Amino acid sequence: MKVSFNGRETELESQNLEAALTELGVDCGGVATSVNEEFVPKAHRSAVELQEGDRLEVVAPMQGG
Amino acid sequence: MKPLYGTILRNPLMLGTAQYPSPAVMARAFEESGAEVATVSLRREFGAGQGSNDFWNLIKGLGVRILPNTAGCNTVREAVTTARMARELFGTDWIKLEVINDNDTLQPDVFGLVEAAETLCSEDFEVFPYTTEDLSVAERLLAAGCKVLMPWGAPIGTGLGLNNEYGLRALRTRFPSIPLIVDAGLGVPSHAARVMELGCDGILINTAVARAGDPPKMASAFAQAATAGRKAYESTPMEPRDMAAPSTPVLGKAFLG
Repeated sequence: MKVSFNGRETELESQNLEAALTELGVDCGGVATSVNEEFVPKAHRSAVELQEGDRLEVVAPMQGG
Repeated sequence: MKPLYGTILRNPLMLGTAQYPSPAVMARAFEESGAEVATVSLRREFGAGQGSNDFWNLIKGLGVRILPNTAGCNTVREAVTTARMARELFGTDWIKLEVINDNDTLQPDVFGLVEAAETLCSEDFEVFPYTTEDLSVAERLLAAGCKVLMPWGAPIGTGLGLNNEYGLRALRTRFPSIPLIVDAGLGVPSHAARVMELGCDGILINTAVARAGDPPKMASAFAQAATAGRKAYESTPMEPRDMAAPSTPVLGKAFLG
């Protein structure tokens, strides 16, 4: 299915968020996630079924002021 | 210094972590200034991951308190979601709440700010709202549950200093028990000293330190200036007056006739 991953159109085989992160090569422990602008806690990722067109945001610590 | 959600800091300087020439220089800025709070942010992670891991490990190694921000968020929804992600990632309830809707001034969108603060406070976040010196907005932020205010000195990154000293004095007078941390716009240590002389409780500096020729030395200068300003405030400065008054006693002076 096609989703938006951090603003980029991306083809995924995975059906849930947890699996999608692994498929995308993301270090699951070092990121936080949202789907369609809703925060998804780490413990809930495997329960979130992805749909065509979903907007995934995956973020990590970064410098800030 | 007033407690920030129960935390008492000895050093009034908080430091941002962006724009330094190198991570090592940033670390030295913390060490030489003694800053106890570091602001951090969140950015998209595409899978390589090592850069953000290195940064996060460096910050953790500094042993300072973490204050994540919602920089770059233009809407309430973005800010709230970012705050929730930050809480999980950084393991803290502290959040420097920024809702920005004007890219020229980076002025806080105070309507969105209040709305986001209401949501986050109801979820037990400890919100540090980046706001203006507007008293009505401050009232609403406090009513929402904020126990700290972060008024701007001047627009982010300008280094202009204190654009509205009257406004900040009014804020201090109206809310004497609320910690005020001036965030943004300070350019040189004398600005920090002035802010603290007015009775503010702390300053948050990023650009003025990170863009200095010697960031660690500048960070140390800001910490010393802020501490000096605080001591001056606590010492109750004299009232200025228009006419001269001799400091040396006149009584007993020769040639008085």
